[in-house]
Amino acid sequence: MPVSAAQGRQAVEHVEVRRGEYHDSVTLMMAGRAVATVPGVSRALVAMGTDVNRTLLADLGHPAPAAGPADLVIAFTAPDRPTETAALEALATALTPAVPTAGNTPPGLPHPRTTGAALSRTGAVLTLISTPGLAAVPEAMESLQYGASVVIFSDNVPVHHEIRLKDEAGRRGLLVMGPDCGTVVLHGTGLGFTNVTRPGPVSLVAASGTGAQHLMSLLDAAGAGIRHCLGVGGRDLTEDVAGRSTHAALDALAADDETELIAVVSKPPHPSVARSIEDHAARLPKPVQLAFLGPGRPTLTQTAETILAALGRRPPAAWPSWPAAAPATAEPKSAAGRGRTIRGLFSGGTLCAEAEAVLTGTPCAIDLTDFGDDAYTRGRPHPMIDNTVRLRAFAEAAEDPEVGVVLLDVVLGRGAHADPAGELASAVRRCGAPVVVSLCGTAGDPQGLEHQARAFAEAGASVYLSNAEAATAAARLAAQSEGSL
Amino acid sequence: MSSVSSSAVLGPVTQVVTAGVATFADDLAGQGVAVTRVDWRPPLGAGEPDLADVAVDARRIEANAAAVRRMIAAGAELVDVRPAREVLGLETGQFLHAGPPIGWDRASGPMRGALIGAALFEGIAETPEAAQAWLSGDAAGSSGGPDLAPCHSRGGVGPMAGVVSPGMWLFEVRDPGSGRTSWCSLNEGLGKVLRYGAYGPEVITRLRWMAGVLGPMMQRAVRRSGAVDVKAIIAQMLHMGDEGHNRNRAGTLMLLRELLPALIEGGEEPAALADVVRFVSGNDHFFLNLVMPACKLAAGAAAGIEGSTVVTVMARNGTDFGIQTAGTGDRWFTAPADTPEGLFLAGYGPQDANPDIGDSAITETAGVGGFAMAAAPAIARLVGGTAAAAVETTGRMYEIALGENPAFTVPALDFRGTPTGIDVTRVVRTGILPQINTGMAGRVAGTGQVGAGLVTPPAQCFTQALAALADNARKAAESS
Repeated sequence: MPVSAAQGRQAVEHVEVRRGEYHDSVTLMMAGRAVATVPGVSRALVAMGTDVNRTLLADLGHPAPAAGPADLVIAFTAPDRPTETAALEALATALTPAVPTAGNTPPGLPHPRTTGAALSRTGAVLTLISTPGLAAVPEAMESLQYGASVVIFSDNVPVHHEIRLKDEAGRRGLLVMGPDCGTVVLHGTGLGFTNVTRPGPVSLVAASGTGAQHLMSLLDAAGAGIRHCLGVGGRDLTEDVAGRSTHAALDALAADDETELIAVVSKPPHPSVARSIEDHAARLPKPVQLAFLGPGRPTLTQTAETILAALGRRPPAAWPSWPAAAPATAEPKSAAGRGRTIRGLFSGGTLCAEAEAVLTGTPCAIDLTDFGDDAYTRGRPHPMIDNTVRLRAFAEAAEDPEVGVVLLDVVLGRGAHADPAGELASAVRRCGAPVVVSLCGTAGDPQGLEHQARAFAEAGASVYLSNAEAATAAARLAAQSEGSL
Repeated sequence: MSSVSSSAVLGPVTQVVTAGVATFADDLAGQGVAVTRVDWRPPLGAGEPDLADVAVDARRIEANAAAVRRMIAAGAELVDVRPAREVLGLETGQFLHAGPPIGWDRASGPMRGALIGAALFEGIAETPEAAQAWLSGDAAGSSGGPDLAPCHSRGGVGPMAGVVSPGMWLFEVRDPGSGRTSWCSLNEGLGKVLRYGAYGPEVITRLRWMAGVLGPMMQRAVRRSGAVDVKAIIAQMLHMGDEGHNRNRAGTLMLLRELLPALIEGGEEPAALADVVRFVSGNDHFFLNLVMPACKLAAGAAAGIEGSTVVTVMARNGTDFGIQTAGTGDRWFTAPADTPEGLFLAGYGPQDANPDIGDSAITETAGVGGFAMAAAPAIARLVGGTAAAAVETTGRMYEIALGENPAFTVPALDFRGTPTGIDVTRVVRTGILPQINTGMAGRVAGTGQVGAGLVTPPAQCFTQALAALADNARKAAESS
């Protein structure tokens, strides 16, 4: 129902509700971008009619139509009718699935609407759930009920539901990977955010997706391969959840003949849970490297070196890094004359926490934000797939005289943004303060590790494969600001 | 120590089911994995919190398995035919009706018409006007009008208006396994009939003949022949083009086949016998009134199972649609009934149709009727005209049913069992509402039938039931 006079040159405000048409948040983000990038189109929003999105619609100055969370809302302003038509065509293309909606649908039967219906049609023993948080609970429970282990990418699942799901899995000899599990690798097949690694003898149990991705990327760079990575969700090692999935994953990997060494990656667990994991690990017939990250504990880089040594491999003389290229025109980036604060803009919680641990005790002030945290991702795509929020924060950091150095992580691999450097490099270039990039990825990743690293370096950033080294470099650069005062 | 088996968890990843973000599924497909994508969508009525709490209810899985098991195991035999006064102890002035509870004030046209007819039939009033005055409590010196209660509250079912008065005869059906019984009135045929709200002289005359001739003769035949296996006839009718709700032709003829020897041996007066046989064989829906109580026995077998989310009753009174679930006792969850869409008898159109009415949705509740649409291509016109659409209708119902009844199989689906045991949570999650085949009553009292078609229950019945089930789940979790 576009609102405008029929005049050819009159701006067209297009506000449309498509009842009962549902698309996931990533699809909607891409569709919104497709509409917004049609030349002339402004104030574009393509979203489900949730309260949050309807507020957003009002903020954009559009009239708020009657719509619910199951209704698709399309709103934008076009300078004329042909542009409106072009925007709607771009939208239609973006909303058309690249592949058929469902496989394994027998003729005469509709596409399955529930996990149970899908599982009853296939022999699958694994389910990947990435619906909004609370809605993941019935799907996950149904997966277990039908005999399939489940990866729950969704966050915002209440902890008591997580416990019930994991207890049910324990009763059935299955595994719940998640909630808030971003990374799983099974036999080289990646689910969620994963890097393309070579096959090998190391298996991971990870309460941290980016921590696992980082460790796997380091091992891959050093020539050691990965067999499995079982994500268990960020809360698995809290006192409440008590490592339910970590214990189950350790048992599964202990029985896996091809796994020679197990690494457990987590933010600092609750002490009692840490003890139970240590006891469990000690009973297993193969080496277990516990990487409980935190101040005064080994970094992921040190853990990678320990693992390499345990495998009888020599750690690399130096982890890959790409020095900042001297800019051709602009002033050389320097912390001199700026504040001493290291502003961290992270997408990975563990990378953020590790940087904080490395920087604690250094003389610089630190202000690190994990934009992948639940608080930032409610109703929004994760910063690993959408840079909007971080670009805004980057611009603010560049303006802030207190900021001496900007430190950010960039995670490559399956599921991640197709070209993060393509969007972030210009912000690096515009930033007067030195920029350090912790780049997590492998040579096999679709974005290309080398290509991304060079793009950031050419924009003036110092790029490190090791997150700990990136943090150290940031501290070194920030220290220069002091010297200049 | 956990009992995770390495092979179950760490087997090769060849097939994965995905729900949610499409790009994750695309990534898996790109790695050569066979991906089955769930066509996930937001649940009805912002039901996420309730769905999550019910999903983790420790009692649910076993309770639902038991509910489906009991529904499928329930048998149904016709064991007797008796007046409602004997079967239920119904007294003059007491009437039963279809659907959830309702009074005269909110009753629809066809419900009022049927109540008027029943008052005339029982001799409570001499004229429709007097009947109406008595029913509405306006009659001078009246003792306060009728005593109304749902058929379901007495363990039985009534088609359309479902009005039952003491003098009407009932089929009595028994589950041989549990000994539980159910009942339903005798079918009057089509057109101007009481259950569709007609109360003219021909309606009352027919009711008197049914009570005076048909009922007693059926009683003698059943008692002579012994119990008739209704469930076995339902199983066969599904292989003969009936779905047990809007088509009962094969079932009716099979029932007659069962009873004919006893009717003949009984030495009935030939003219009366001919009338009865002509009446039954000329009424394609005669057997519906046995499918219904058989289905009530099946659905009722799941009643009272704490923690179960299975629907045990779907019923309409012409004003409200109501459902009950296994885990919430005899509490009704009601919302305004929708008006069916479908085909109309000559001279009638959509404007003449009353909102949905009758207990016959018990057939869908037990997994036949609309759920067995694929078995009845002859009435595919009701679902859009093609046999494929009929198959698709049944296919859709598997999405909201927890089990399949091995006794009721569908040839067109390679003898797959009909979808059985509607799960409230599946309905709310998928947004797929149960498909109900139904007759349509005229909205004006006295009209009778105006057509036949399809209807679904209002979504609010299911979201309300879910909220109650979630309350129970939270209480159970607290007390455990």
